[in-house]
Amino acid sequence: MSLDKATVKNIANLARLEVREDELDHLAGELSNILQFVEQLAEVNTDGVAPMTSVAHMELPRRRDEVTDGNYPERVLANAPERIDGFFVVPKVVE
Amino acid sequence: MSELTKLTMAEAREGLKAKRFTAVELTKAHLAAVGAARGLNAFVTETPDLALERAKLSDAKLAKGEAGPLEGLPIGMKDLFCTEGVRSTACSRILENFVPTYESTVSGKLKDAGAVVLGKTALDEFAMGSSNETSAFGPVTNPWKRKSDPSVKLVPGGSSGGSAAAVSARLVMGATGTDTGGSIRQPASFCGLVGLKPTYGRCSRWGIVAFASSLDQAGPMTRTVRDAAIMLGSMVGYDPKDSTSANVAVPNFEAALTGDIRGMKVGIPKEYRPDGLSAEISKLWADGIGMLKDAGATPVEISLPHTKYALPTYYIVAPAECSSNLARYDGVRYGKRVEGKTLDEMYAKSRAAGFGKEVRRRILIGTYVLSAGYYDAYYIKAQKVRRLIADDFAKAFETVDVILTPTAPSAAFGQGETDDNPITMWLNDIFTIPTSLAGLPGLSVPTGLSADGLPLGLQLIGRPFDEETVLKVAEVMERAAGFTAVPAGI
Repeated sequence: MSLDKATVKNIANLARLEVREDELDHLAGELSNILQFVEQLAEVNTDGVAPMTSVAHMELPRRRDEVTDGNYPERVLANAPERIDGFFVVPKVVE
Repeated sequence: MSELTKLTMAEAREGLKAKRFTAVELTKAHLAAVGAARGLNAFVTETPDLALERAKLSDAKLAKGEAGPLEGLPIGMKDLFCTEGVRSTACSRILENFVPTYESTVSGKLKDAGAVVLGKTALDEFAMGSSNETSAFGPVTNPWKRKSDPSVKLVPGGSSGGSAAAVSARLVMGATGTDTGGSIRQPASFCGLVGLKPTYGRCSRWGIVAFASSLDQAGPMTRTVRDAAIMLGSMVGYDPKDSTSANVAVPNFEAALTGDIRGMKVGIPKEYRPDGLSAEISKLWADGIGMLKDAGATPVEISLPHTKYALPTYYIVAPAECSSNLARYDGVRYGKRVEGKTLDEMYAKSRAAGFGKEVRRRILIGTYVLSAGYYDAYYIKAQKVRRLIADDFAKAFETVDVILTPTAPSAAFGQGETDDNPITMWLNDIFTIPTSLAGLPGLSVPTGLSADGLPLGLQLIGRPFDEETVLKVAEVMERAAGFTAVPAGI
């Protein structure tokens, strides 16, 4: 698969990464190379093979649905770039 | 260079017990070495005051006979482990001012065992790299030099390059690494160290900055196999806070070092001998096989037929998981923030300013292979091939007890020596990635020097949760190889 500039722009938008217009050409080439490299997997016969989601041979552990942690807003907010009255602050999202 | 910094962990443990020196003296000797070696750029953040405070506590515990297994031993902590009250950057601009309010499980266990942390060691940004050159805080220099040209600055390997350089230069006795595709084993090979990636699930991932969650695993980097066994013992164990943490018994790893490998079958995979394999690495491998034979083990040729697909599989699975994991860096709750007119603009600008080139590349690839229309063709396909790779190993372990391969295709290379093609750099991990995909324990042990005087390591791969066999065989090889070379100036 060879990626064009528009596709790279779309992926960057999905990934919420600002990419400058003048970087698109270079990125398209680089990403296309990588895709060509990984596409050699197509030659492997995987009929009837179940996808491996985890190497850990275990059932997902369960626990009671109860609060086990929390009640320290100061610690949660300690690294916030912007905060007011115990809240994280973001740009206005509702017009 | 103080005599104290030349000790192994095992020797220092005895010295402290016998009161030949104190933990404070041991820590001060290592802090002096850290101060004298800043040119290596091995540490991102030094914590000398905290270290001295901890060393005093260690001396008090030693005096009361309450010493932990690592009491008073100076170590380095890869800056991917969140440490309470100490900046934890992952060597990324996006986390350059991040001070965790909690402690990772593994770093907490090491502190509880009495280890004295001298600071946070450098890595490739978010552990994505094989040379430590993608760090936002500059490259790390390998303390080893080429005989032919000592002026060339070599890379320590990556991603755990700061840890490797620090242990190799005798700034700390051991250090933590994390390994997703080879990030403990390859730098260990480049710096003449023992590096062990345990079985997936052996060490808790809780509090380690996530890269690829189905692959990430913490492990020790030390100068001897015994030290690796000692340090590993204080890193492992079940942790309910990590849903993939394995609830299995923790053996006494040091007790596994019996020196007796008679009758053991050692798999030699024929697919690890690609056409371009250097004569030097081939010879290293053959010498290693000879050492095991001499010790009474039997080499057995095995086949791991899907080996050549491991790298492309990894470069779908790892970027996919990376793009999901790194979605959390949005400039809202922590990390770098660049203002924008809208929320989306703020996200995009913050992430563009915070992530370096290699990280951005992997996020974009990961986003693409997970996107609608491509998910089955790339991601699901890779997960299927991953199973075939894991099955290859399972089949091999029906007949052999351990597998021996080279760790890396070359010795340490020079800073800036690799070309612009990212795949060239990725080829460094060609021998370590299959083990990671299969979740198996892998260890690199130094067994020889290149013609240019640089260390080279061999990799031992074991069955799931059989770190004991890996360590046992590694110690036999360590003894047979008699690897006593040290970097210039040590």
